Amino acid sequence: MTLLAIAWKSMRQRSLSSLLTALSVALGVMLMVAVLVINGIVSDTFRQKGTGFNLIISSPGSDLATVLSCVYRIGLPGEPLPWRFYEEDILKNPAIESAIPMTMGDATQAGGFPIVGTTAEFFGMEYEPGKHFRVKGQDPRKLLTGPFDAIIGDRVARENGWDLGSEFSLIHGGMDDHVHDEKFKVVGILAMTGTANDKTVFVNLDGFFSMSGHDKPATEALKRLRDFGYEVTPQQEQTLLKAAAELAHHGEEEAAGDHAGHEHHGHFHSLPNDLKEVSFILVRTKRPAQAIMLTAEINEGVRAMAVNPIRPMARFLDNFVGSIRTVLLFLTALIVVVAGVGIFVSIYNSMADRRREIAIMRALGAQRVTVMLIILGESLLLCLSGGLLGFTLGHGLVFVAAPFIESRAGILVNPFKFELLEIALLPMLLVMAILAGVLPGLAAYRTDVASSLSD
Amino acid sequence: MSLSIRNLRKSYIEPTGRRLPILNVESFEIASAEQVVLVGSSGGGKTTLLNVIAGITSADSGSVTIDGVDVTSLPEAGRDRFRAQRIGYVFQTFHLLPAFTALENVLLGMSFSGRKADRHRAAELLKRVGLGQRLDHRPTALSVGEQQRVAVARSLANSPSLLLADEPTANVDTANQDHILELIRGACTEHGVSLLMVTHSRDVASRFDRIENLSDFNRPEVAA
Repeated sequence: MTLLAIAWKSMRQRSLSSLLTALSVALGVMLMVAVLVINGIVSDTFRQKGTGFNLIISSPGSDLATVLSCVYRIGLPGEPLPWRFYEEDILKNPAIESAIPMTMGDATQAGGFPIVGTTAEFFGMEYEPGKHFRVKGQDPRKLLTGPFDAIIGDRVARENGWDLGSEFSLIHGGMDDHVHDEKFKVVGILAMTGTANDKTVFVNLDGFFSMSGHDKPATEALKRLRDFGYEVTPQQEQTLLKAAAELAHHGEEEAAGDHAGHEHHGHFHSLPNDLKEVSFILVRTKRPAQAIMLTAEINEGVRAMAVNPIRPMARFLDNFVGSIRTVLLFLTALIVVVAGVGIFVSIYNSMADRRREIAIMRALGAQRVTVMLIILGESLLLCLSGGLLGFTLGHGLVFVAAPFIESRAGILVNPFKFELLEIALLPMLLVMAILAGVLPGLAAYRTDVASSLSD
Repeated sequence: MSLSIRNLRKSYIEPTGRRLPILNVESFEIASAEQVVLVGSSGGGKTTLLNVIAGITSADSGSVTIDGVDVTSLPEAGRDRFRAQRIGYVFQTFHLLPAFTALENVLLGMSFSGRKADRHRAAELLKRVGLGQRLDHRPTALSVGEQQRVAVARSLANSPSLLLADEPTANVDTANQDHILELIRGACTEHGVSLLMVTHSRDVASRFDRIENLSDFNRPEVAA
């Protein structure tokens, strides 16, 4: 019979006390594992090492809000930028290798997933270093050819039950009761990326622009262009006002039910460029150093803002989330320590009742060290069984919390994600078991056999 | 010679700080396979003598030699190992561990001897004391007589050369008394084990060829 088997038998003798003690360890470890896993997921989510672009250009505002909205699809974008800025200032900049426009703000009617209007070029980027978008064996860069084509993220497909050919409607940004008439059709489903792209619906940019309400009112557009310092000739102004009036007329006809000749998903009307706006421009410079110069150049003015897609999140996580994580880990570690004290109290209190038991073992030939090791073994079993249970419960807790975290924070949570730091729990539990068991073990070591047998 | 005691002295310190001599044995011997019953008044030091022989209690001076090994010269860990391997001990109140089954109580005796615990042998020993159907019963599920039989089986688990029995029949009824006595004496005869049994019962003592009264060879007052 091994010492651990003897310790196990002794534990079973006091099953309720042992169970409660192990449970207290389990609860502490459960909280610790949950904090570690969730923190790990948050860190991984917001610490993307690469995004396929090295600058985000948006209207001036909070760099953190820009990254959250553009990269993580959390929150609405700020004031959009005129299309002419994208074409004349960004696309023509010799330092820029690629610039992909993004429009945001709308959401799917089913599930409320964020809509991103963009071009097929978006899918040519790496979403993580060395990882490219995959669409069920097809090249996503060759999709989004029709104006009402859409590529949906893996989670969107799963949660909404959408497949290729599914059609869906959009809700206009910030207006829950305004459902666009146009319907988009799923032409591709992205393979899971583990990023915010999984919960995003990508639609053809032109289709997005053509929807009612997505054209900027002509007078506002003209003012915005002038604010940006662009010259608008009287002839351009007249052309723009005329085009806007025609669009408005089309809109009224459609509202009146004159849909003759329109039987597909939506009604595509090409929008004059000066009525178009973009939420973000994803820029990749030809050389990394050029990103710094371009940032300085853009941020010098007041028209737009260039943001590094990684740095604001890293700064936020280090300054704010990092501190909270430290506090949470400290608190949960305290809970585990309290559980350790519980083990000590449980075993130590039982020692008075077990003096005779220990004396019998000694009388049978067990050495002092042997009985001490049996008590330490008991402490070890309580810690490790509690730890194992806590580990399982911790991941179970994350599993249960995952849908709430996803719906509230928009963070994709994998409950089976294992954090390296969880390995550190094992030596920590071992040390705790030894500390909790050493004093009762010493009491067993010092037991006087003859007097304990005669009691 | 199985057991040889020379000039053995043992005393306790009372709470008042006074030394209380318990044992002062000039010479005492038991031959190999000999069965000896030890009688004496209560508080006369019988249990202390058994504990000193078993190495549970250390002597103040003198020697206890078992099978040529001076137990008193061994360090405590050595005495523990020697006790586990060479001495069987049957206690008046059985001293079975309540968390363990009858079989596990016997195995426990084997586990501390440093040898591999032999389940087959443990089961065989329990069968021989009539508990073949009670292997998986815990002590609380056994009668008093059955508990003492488990204790007898446990004492024989490591094939000892000396068996110490401290009033093994004191807590059992007459029928079980005879049975347990027969078991202990029979096992000792069969395996050539020396037996030193302490008893208060004249009836039990009368069955032994050699009866020793502790007061005849223990003179603690001389040591004082």
